[in-house]
Amino acid sequence: MALIDKIGGVKVEAHRPWPRVVVNEAGWGALIAKLSAGDLTLLGLWGEPNAVHMAVLDEETAEIAVATIECAQGSFPSVGALHRPAIRFERALRDLYGLIPEGLPDPRPWLDHGRWGVRHPLGDREDREEKPPLYAFLPAEGESLHQIPVGPVHAGIIEPGHFRFTANGETVVRLEERLGYVHKGIESLMIGAPLDKAARIAGRTSGDSTVTYALAFARAVEAALKIEAPARATYLRALMAELERLANHFGDIGAICNDASFALMLAQCGILRERTLRAADACFGHRLMMDRIVPGGVAHDLSAEGAATLRALLHELRRVFPRLVELYDNTASLQDRTAASGVVRPELARQFGAGGFVGRASGRAFDARKRPGYPPYDQLKFDVVQLDAGDVNARVWVRIREVDQSLNLIEQILRHMPAGPIRIEAGAEARSGEGMALVEGFRGDVLAWVRIESGRVARCHLLDPSWLHWPLLEAAIEGNIVADFPLINKSFNCSYSGHDL
Amino acid sequence: MRKTLIESLIRRPLAEAPPAPDEAALKELAEGLDRAARRRLGRSLAIREVDAGSCNGCELEIHALSNAFYDLERFGLRFVASPRHADVLMVTGPVTKNMREALARTYIATPDPKWVVAVGDCALDGGVFAGSYAVVGGVSSVVPVDLHIRGCPPPPAAILKGLIALVTSTNHQAVRG
Repeated sequence: MALIDKIGGVKVEAHRPWPRVVVNEAGWGALIAKLSAGDLTLLGLWGEPNAVHMAVLDEETAEIAVATIECAQGSFPSVGALHRPAIRFERALRDLYGLIPEGLPDPRPWLDHGRWGVRHPLGDREDREEKPPLYAFLPAEGESLHQIPVGPVHAGIIEPGHFRFTANGETVVRLEERLGYVHKGIESLMIGAPLDKAARIAGRTSGDSTVTYALAFARAVEAALKIEAPARATYLRALMAELERLANHFGDIGAICNDASFALMLAQCGILRERTLRAADACFGHRLMMDRIVPGGVAHDLSAEGAATLRALLHELRRVFPRLVELYDNTASLQDRTAASGVVRPELARQFGAGGFVGRASGRAFDARKRPGYPPYDQLKFDVVQLDAGDVNARVWVRIREVDQSLNLIEQILRHMPAGPIRIEAGAEARSGEGMALVEGFRGDVLAWVRIESGRVARCHLLDPSWLHWPLLEAAIEGNIVADFPLINKSFNCSYSGHDL
Repeated sequence: MRKTLIESLIRRPLAEAPPAPDEAALKELAEGLDRAARRRLGRSLAIREVDAGSCNGCELEIHALSNAFYDLERFGLRFVASPRHADVLMVTGPVTKNMREALARTYIATPDPKWVVAVGDCALDGGVFAGSYAVVGGVSSVVPVDLHIRGCPPPPAAILKGLIALVTSTNHQAVRG
């Protein structure tokens, strides 16, 4: 039986490529039961002024569907009440739209720190003047526990967020995150935006994943408008996506080792990262390749010199990287820090539907490039890396192996890149529709959902894999020592901006 | 490890020739910097980075300043962990309302004399995020800014040019003054 038939409800015609159905309370409740039983995986949950959408995945068949419940009374049955991964989605949704998730176990605000001057900025807006309320952190009780507050301004060059550690001596008893500091109101900026402007905003949801976000947004728009990017554009998109993955994995591997006080790896990986960014700049005119992917195709073609630059890059990376991997693998003092620290149990990764290196290091081999898949990856050979240990070391090794995969992918892309146009006009004027896309970034699968009305964005929701990684970080640190937190945190490298929106 | 280390010893360093200071930055800096303060600091500046709501693109390029190609520390510039140790606050992002107080308090925690460098187009005027209910829009609406470095994100070379302008103008005016 297809996923859509299992869910039931009334199908919305304009939604592509996966179905969207409007369900009643019973249908919504049945879905929650399936999620909490582990039969389905929650991909995301987001709102509109009078409705809540939930995207779910059937892991066995890789089918995806969106279920919508209309909230005529301003409330809906909480998913988080029975399925914990939904709790932060629902807290955020209530802050932004004012819809009440009935039965939500954690009633505290999430993104709203009481500083916007408005309540429910995307729903029924109300002005708000009072002083920001104190945030009640969860209690931890026991003899000789102490608290360590960290942030929002951290000690390094990193994004802001607050961590509240409760420790017993050196051992962390509880970590609680408080996020939302970089909430920029991206969803509100999207409303009514023309496609080119919306694409620029989407590309700045999380700067390290700008290619991924631009691609996810473009694919969602293309699905909504029933257009397809030309074949050459899909290859160029994949090329940029793999360059982005390489640059970030190099940066992460170096930074994780540096947090274990092994600075040599940081210096060496930093060189590889810089070489990758310079090649991207030479090929596409921007080091991070911002605004190079647009609805309808890509904005920048690859020249013959560009291809030669990339071949030289591949040669250099293949010469140096294996030596660094050997260095990582043979340095006992480094392994001593990374092995067996910050473990995410496979059950938890599965329950949260963790993507990227967090999921793949804990036995969940989901990769949106393979399933549901998108062009040109169906034409390219690569493996989904999967490890089971779930520790920092496993997350490093997933990255190491993905570097090898990306190098091979870039080689294949350069070899098989078809000639032809790189862009078709989106021709959006006066066209409407709903579209969705799932795109594999370096951190995991990014979901984009868009509704277009008369050629403009009516609604857009962008979902970072970090939403489902952040809670796992809280679980992974438990029982580890405070001094290992930077290392464990770095091995997750969650996005603050992508999460806070 | 041996091969990597030996290669590092026998090869020329990757660090590139220092860029000339950015002219626009020199001009912006010529106005309103405290000369006496500059004389005291000479060429060495400690920088505290504050992300006030950026997309993290600027952070990536600020990080890159420390890699072997740009090697920021050879210019006497280094990143420090606390505003208490800093001469310069390097601020990115459109300043979200949720970060406004944290930024203002970080500024207060930085001892005088101090300078603020706003990095990126968002830090200038909010960039693509301007007009949102959640964004103040521009660093200068929260703390006084001495130097803006534009770009989305500005590449490391551009950030470096701006910073070199900061230390150079510090030095020149200190000698003259």
